Amino acid sequence: MNAFSQAVSDGLTLTQRNILKNLRNPDIVVFSSAAPIAFALLFGFVFGSAIDIGTNYREFMIVGILTQTMLLTAANTGVGIAHDMKQGLVDRFRSLPIAQSAVLVGRTNGDAVNNVMVIVLMSLTGLLMGWRIRSSVADAALAYLLLFLFAYAVSWITAAIGLTAKSPEVLGNAMLLVLVPFTFISNSFVPSEGLPTVLRVIAAWNPVSALVEACRQLFGNIPPGRAAPEVWPLQNPILATLLWVALILAIFIPLAVHRYKKTVSQ
Amino acid sequence: MRNAIVAEGLTKRFGEIVALDGLDLAVGEGTVMGLLGPNGSGKTTAVRLLSTLLRPDSGRATVEGLDVVKDAVAIRRKIGLSGQYAAVDEDLTARENLRMVGKLYHLGTAAAGKRADELLERFDLTADADRQTKGYSGGMRRRVDLACAVVAKPKVLFLDEPTTGLDPRSRLAMWQVISELVEGGSTLLLTTQYLEEADKLADRITVLDRGRVVAEGTPDELKARTGGERLELTVGEAAEVPTAREALRELASGDITVDLDDRLLIVPVSIGSEALVRSVRLLDGAGVRLTGMSLRRPSLDEVFLSLTDKSRDSHEARGSAADDAKAPLR
Repeated sequence: MNAFSQAVSDGLTLTQRNILKNLRNPDIVVFSSAAPIAFALLFGFVFGSAIDIGTNYREFMIVGILTQTMLLTAANTGVGIAHDMKQGLVDRFRSLPIAQSAVLVGRTNGDAVNNVMVIVLMSLTGLLMGWRIRSSVADAALAYLLLFLFAYAVSWITAAIGLTAKSPEVLGNAMLLVLVPFTFISNSFVPSEGLPTVLRVIAAWNPVSALVEACRQLFGNIPPGRAAPEVWPLQNPILATLLWVALILAIFIPLAVHRYKKTVSQ
Repeated sequence: MRNAIVAEGLTKRFGEIVALDGLDLAVGEGTVMGLLGPNGSGKTTAVRLLSTLLRPDSGRATVEGLDVVKDAVAIRRKIGLSGQYAAVDEDLTARENLRMVGKLYHLGTAAAGKRADELLERFDLTADADRQTKGYSGGMRRRVDLACAVVAKPKVLFLDEPTTGLDPRSRLAMWQVISELVEGGSTLLLTTQYLEEADKLADRITVLDRGRVVAEGTPDELKARTGGERLELTVGEAAEVPTAREALRELASGDITVDLDDRLLIVPVSIGSEALVRSVRLLDGAGVRLTGMSLRRPSLDEVFLSLTDKSRDSHEARGSAADDAKAPLR
């Protein structure tokens, strides 16, 4: 067996393990969805009643919620890896003659499968709240693919962080602290044109904004009569999102694998 | 005899802490080496270096003739490791854990399944094989962990404190399992804080303290190093203990230890059974009534304490000198 096919086979064995783990802990899906559902209700019915963007606000902000959900569930990857470290499982895996990438590939794949369940649940919530997909099946499929790829890329970031964490609990809280502002300083919940200058620039170049813009276009949720965006990533949101995904993967896959090679549990 | 494990001058630091300070080790093929030492003595670091989880800062080591740095991947095919915590996936069943490890050793799905069944049988886990291991007792989890370590019939097995945290019954069961494994001809490096465990399982023992080897030998050799036998005498009255101690002074090869509550005197002697006869005469002459006596070899506990205490004293002297030297930098 050559090195590549061995890496694929090791990765698949560990993907299987993580899917089994996730299936036996359905609370991960439930809790990953609970906070976004609460946010959706809060924004949709409480804040939304005071927000006037000249169109159906709930339809506008559900895409923001979907994006936020994908970002937050990606944090589960780091937390899961920190658990494996704490329980000494990473030591066991590292003592086995397997590809150095396999443990991380298995974890990110398993979490990607989990993310599919979460996004289905969140989309149903959105539909109940009045969100509609007003485009073709192909466009909608591309939007879901972008959400999914983005979550997968962020999984690799949290994986790299998870390998250096002292405890899974601390890591979970710390990552929320970082990820939540990322989703708020963007066009997720309000149009970013009205933000103060500094925040507007951050929001324009925030990868989350490109993803949200791309999904709004592809789902047909852009408010009618909105002025065309002025910055490149929002003018070309699909390409920008794909570039962000490629950039994140190109940096964080090698970084995470490099850290994995050196890590031992405390 | 060929050596399955060789270490020469292995050193590993973590920041300021020197975890291993020039470890030399040689473990003959098919033998059991017990690595004995208090917490923080470098046992786990030694196991992690030899099982390729860590790289040494200096020195070199080979396992089955392969270099732990250059040939790490090849070594991983030949070793089994059971770390300090039972590294078992709690969400999976014992059978699923074993099958996964079998597949990761590239046995193939069918062979991994067959091997899992064999090991479940052998480690007495068949009844619980399809239950998630999160419900297992500490002893059962340890057995699953050990079974995972031997899935690929490794030539060299590393067990890091395999019975720490187990109750006495589980510990005995674990010893039984380990003894059987070794009969199969594997080389075993075992770390432990329990002297009894090293005495029972190991052919040779290396005593570590503060990252250095302070003694090495068979359990018998180590016991002999502490000098001769121990004569234990019980006298009739607590008041007679000081008199007895005075009378026995000429017989003792070291300090006499006394326990007034139990009216017990422990006398280190180096003249074998002649000590029995002479002590009776001496005590009779002093008018002390004797109610019990025995002559025994020193226990490994006594050996261990005398070895590690000695090196601790000298280390503390060095440590404070180092602190002084560092002080102006702060």
